[in-house]
Order: sequence, then C-alpha cells, then structure tokens
Amino acid sequence: MNKDTLLIAGKSYNSRLLIGTGKYKDFTETQAAVEASGAEIITIAIRRSNIGQNPNEPNLLDILPPSKYTLLPNTAGCYSADDAVRTLRLARELLDGHSLVKLEVLGDPQSLYPNVVETLAAAKTLVADGFQVMVYTSDDPIIAKQLEDIGCVAIMPLASLIGSGMGILNPWNLQLIMDRVQVPVIVDAGVGTASDAAIAMELGCHGVLMNTAIAAAQQPVLMASAMKLAVEAGRMAFLAGRMPKKLYSASPSSPTSGLIN
Amino acid sequence: MISVSINGEVRQFDNPISVATLLEQMQLTGKRIALERNGEILPRGQFNQQLLADGDRLEIVVAVGGG
Repeated sequence: MNKDTLLIAGKSYNSRLLIGTGKYKDFTETQAAVEASGAEIITIAIRRSNIGQNPNEPNLLDILPPSKYTLLPNTAGCYSADDAVRTLRLARELLDGHSLVKLEVLGDPQSLYPNVVETLAAAKTLVADGFQVMVYTSDDPIIAKQLEDIGCVAIMPLASLIGSGMGILNPWNLQLIMDRVQVPVIVDAGVGTASDAAIAMELGCHGVLMNTAIAAAQQPVLMASAMKLAVEAGRMAFLAGRMPKKLYSASPSSPTSGLIN
Repeated sequence: MISVSINGEVRQFDNPISVATLLEQMQLTGKRIALERNGEILPRGQFNQQLLADGDRLEIVVAVGGG
C-alpha cells in the first residue's frame, strides 16, 4: 500500500492536521503546541508592524522557520476581496514568493461567517495572479464546487463558527461537498475537542485545520497531542471502513454453540 | 518638508529620504517585513533606490500568530 499522504497543490504532507498560531500565551507555548501536533502546515496572520515598539522582540518567523514548516498566511480580519488580495500579496513578499495561502473573507464580526460573494471574487483574482489558494468557505456544496472550478487547491468548509468549538454541525453537507469536489476537503473552524476532529476524518475529510480548540484548551500542548492522535485515528477508521449501523445486533460476537446448560 | 503616512500614522521628514533610510531609523533593517507603497508592493530590492514622496502611504507588515 502506498503511504497515505495529504496531497495539496502537488506537495505531499504526512500530517493531516493543520494548525493556527493565534491566541497562545507566548511563542514558547506556540512552538511547543506546533511540535506536539505534528502539523506541517501552519497558519499565520499578517498585521501592521508595531511602530516604536521594542525592535528586538522575537518574530514569529524566527520560532517557526519557513525552512521547517509550510507557512500558510491567512486573510483573517478581511471583509472585502480587495483587502484579502492586498494582504496576500504582502504575505507573498514577506515569505519570499511563497504562493500557498489561506483565503478567508468574512461577512460580519459577530459570526465571522464567510462572505462567499467576496470570497469567490478574491479567489479569481488570486488564482489569476499565480497563488495556490486554500479557501475557507461555508459548507455550501455549490459554492465549494465553484471555488474548485476557479482553481482553488483545497476547499475548507466550516464545521461550525470560527472559535465556537461547537463541533461538526452538518456532517451531511460535508459529505455533499466531498461528493462534488476532487481537491482536498479540509474542515476549517468549529472543532472543539478530539472527537470532533476524529469525526471529520471518519467522514472522509482529507484534513482538519484548527486553532482555538488547541490554544484555548486548559493545557494547549496536551490538546495538540490529542488532536494529532484523533486525526490519525479518524483517518485510519475511514480507511478501514466502519461496520454498518444496525438497530439490533443479529450476529453476536461470541460463538452461539458450545454453551453450557 | 514632506508628510508620509506609515501604518496610518502621519510623519514629517525634512527631505525625501530613501525607504531603506526610513527602515533604518525605525530599526527595521534586516527584519522580516513586507512593505506596500500607495497600494503596491515595494520589493525589498528597491528599498535603497526608492525615495519617499510627499503624500506617500506606506504599510509595513509582519507575520503574527493567527488561525
């Protein structure tokens, strides 16, 4: 059997867990959580440099060197296609021409629900500009297909709202998306604990991206390890193929003969 | 005297210094940053040649933690 790897834009990854770097206590905890998770693709955000602050403060890129990890710059906080495109052009310059990016265009600050109209527009511009776009979107199978047709390299539907930890609210929609697109489908947003990640993988999703579920755990590094195992277990269960569900068991696990009287 | 907006903050300069000189004054030389000038990316290789002009809008960004 070939090694089971996640293939995105022609590159294979051993880990199907992708993690974010926000909300950690400090860089030491960020680094320890990334290490424990085994993730190879790590999301980062792009923000204005703090003018006048300590110029010697450590830089995220020093603790997560692009030589070791595939850094995935995001467009978190962008509410228009133009802002998202601008942000990722800056990211590409910052990361020396690196073109794999996470596009997310948000609809409102309360729900952080994606604005799919702006997302589609930004995806078109970015793909035409040579970016490899992994796209955060709603769990709408029609939009997912359109994003694939535009040329996105991974479709990343929410399982529930960003940072909510509500788990997978609509497994059927994820299934509809997977039935329709050829590129990897990665659950992005909503995972709260290890079982959520396992369920996503058991459904056949190709990967899971999470941030808050790890960073907001009581012990983030321990949760990072739990998520690593959950994603691996869920993937193996998917590959193994689960038994059919039956209301009554018509076949006991133990022999029916040789019973003592 | 020229006025330049840097990350939304207006600063005045006696004469049109280069972008490289500006970054040096801000202690950002050699740091992992990217720079946009009036909405367009300014490649690192051009920091020495490009002089600031009155009314320029600069954005200087870094990578930070995010999901």
